[in-house]
Amino acid sequence: MRQIKCVISLVTFLLLSFDLFAAEGKLIGTAGLMQVEGSGGGGIVPWATLAGYDSQDQTSFSVATTQVDVDDYRLNVLAGAFSLYDRVELSIAHQRFDLKSLGGEIKQNVVGAKFKLYGDVVFSQLPQISLGIQHKKLEDGTIASALGAGSSSSGTDFYIAATKVHLGAIAGFNAVWNLTARATKANELGLLGFGGPVQQDYELMLEASFGILLSRHLAVGAEYRQKPDNLGLGEDDWMDFFISYIPSKNFNFTLAYANLGSIAGAPDQSGLYLSVNGQLW
Amino acid sequence: MFMATTLFISGCATQQQSLYEELGGAEKVNQIVENFVIQIETDPTILPYFEGSDIDRFVEKLSEQICALTGGGCVYSGDTMEHVHAGMNITEADFNRTVDLLIRAMDAADIPHRSQNKLLKVLAPTRKEMLYR
Ligand code: HEM
Repeated sequence: MRQIKCVISLVTFLLLSFDLFAAEGKLIGTAGLMQVEGSGGGGIVPWATLAGYDSQDQTSFSVATTQVDVDDYRLNVLAGAFSLYDRVELSIAHQRFDLKSLGGEIKQNVVGAKFKLYGDVVFSQLPQISLGIQHKKLEDGTIASALGAGSSSSGTDFYIAATKVHLGAIAGFNAVWNLTARATKANELGLLGFGGPVQQDYELMLEASFGILLSRHLAVGAEYRQKPDNLGLGEDDWMDFFISYIPSKNFNFTLAYANLGSIAGAPDQSGLYLSVNGQLW
Repeated sequence: MFMATTLFISGCATQQQSLYEELGGAEKVNQIVENFVIQIETDPTILPYFEGSDIDRFVEKLSEQICALTGGGCVYSGDTMEHVHAGMNITEADFNRTVDLLIRAMDAADIPHRSQNKLLKVLAPTRKEMLYR
C-alpha cells in the first residue's frame, strides 16, 4: 500500500514537472503519437510529423508504451524518441510479441530516424513531408527462419510520408490526413523475418491515416496499412479505428480497435490497441 | 415538425452567415481581443514583445483586422503584418504560443470550438509574414 502511494506521488510529481519543462512549440494535438515501430505518427503508420511538440528552436523527448492485444497474439512496445528542432527525429523501440496460443515470444528492436524535408503540418499550404528509415533487428530469428524468411536477423524499411492538418475543414472541426509509402521486406513488422519464398525483394506499400479533432483534447480516426505477403502465409493489411484523449501537450492516451487479419496462419486477429504517450521535455 | 422546420431554416441561414456574425459580431470580437490582451499581459514570454506598445491601438487594429478578414465589412486601417512585426524576430515557438493565448482568449469569450477553428484558419496565413523577421 505504501509502495503504491509512493509510485502515485512519484508519477504525479513527474507529470507536474513535465508541465514545467516540456517543449510546447506546436498546437495541441498536432504532434500525434508514437506508432508501433517507435516513429512519430499515428498508431500503426509513421507520419511526416515528429514525435514531440518541439518547434524549430526546441528539442523534445517522448516515451510511449503500447499494447495490441488480439485473439492469438499480443504485441507490447516500449519506445522513446528524440525530436530535434522540428527537423530530425531519432527513435528506438523494443517490441515483444507474445504468442498467446502457441506459447513463447519474439523480440525485436527498431531504431529509426526521420528527416523533415518540407513544410509545417498546420501552417504550410502543402503538407509536411518527411523521409524516414526504420532498422529492425530480431533478437532471435528461430521462428522467422522456421517459416522460411529470407533473412531472420535484420531488415530496413524506408518511407516517405505526407501529413496535413486542415483548420476548421469539416464543419469547423480540424482534420488531419497522412499518406505514407514504405519500401519494405518485413513480414509482420519484421517479427517474422524479412522476405520469403514468395518475394525476396523490397516492395512498395501504402499506408494512410485520417482523423478529426472533435475538440482540443479529443481525436477520432482510422488507419490503414498495406502489408506484403512474402512468406505466402496470407499476411493481411492492417487497419484500426482510434480515439485519442490529449489532456495536455505532455500526455495522451489512445485506444483503438485493431483488425490485423491473418497472422502466421491464424485468421481474423482483432482486438484492442492501447497506447500511453508522454513527453518528458 | 415546427422544431424541425425552424432548425432547417436556421440551418440555411447559417450557410449565408459571415464568420463575423457566427463569432458574435463586434461585441464578441472585441471581447476576444480584450481577453487576448489579458492573456498577453500575464504571459512572461510574450509580454516583452509588447513593451512600449500602444495597447489601445493594438485592440482597435486587431479587432478591425479580424472584422475585415471574417466578412464583417470593416476596412483594416493598420499597418501591414510584415511592417508591424518586423524587427521583433518572432520565433516559431512564440508564434504558436501566441496562438495558444488566442485560443484561451476565445475560450474565455465562450466561442464554440468550431468557430474558433474557422477564425484560426483565417489568421493562419499571416504567420509566414512575421516569423523570424
Ligand atoms: C495570428 C497572428 C497575429 C496577428 C493577426 C497579429 C495582428 C496584429 C495587429 C493587427 C497589430 C496592430 C497593427 C497596428 O498597430 O497597425 C499587431 C501589433 C503587434 N503585434 Fe501582432 N499579430 C499576430 C501575431 C503576433 C505575435 C506572435 C507577436 C509576438 C510574439 C505579435 C506582436 C505584436 C506587437 C508587439 C504589436 C504592437 C506593435 C507596435 O506597438 O507597434 N503579434 N499585431
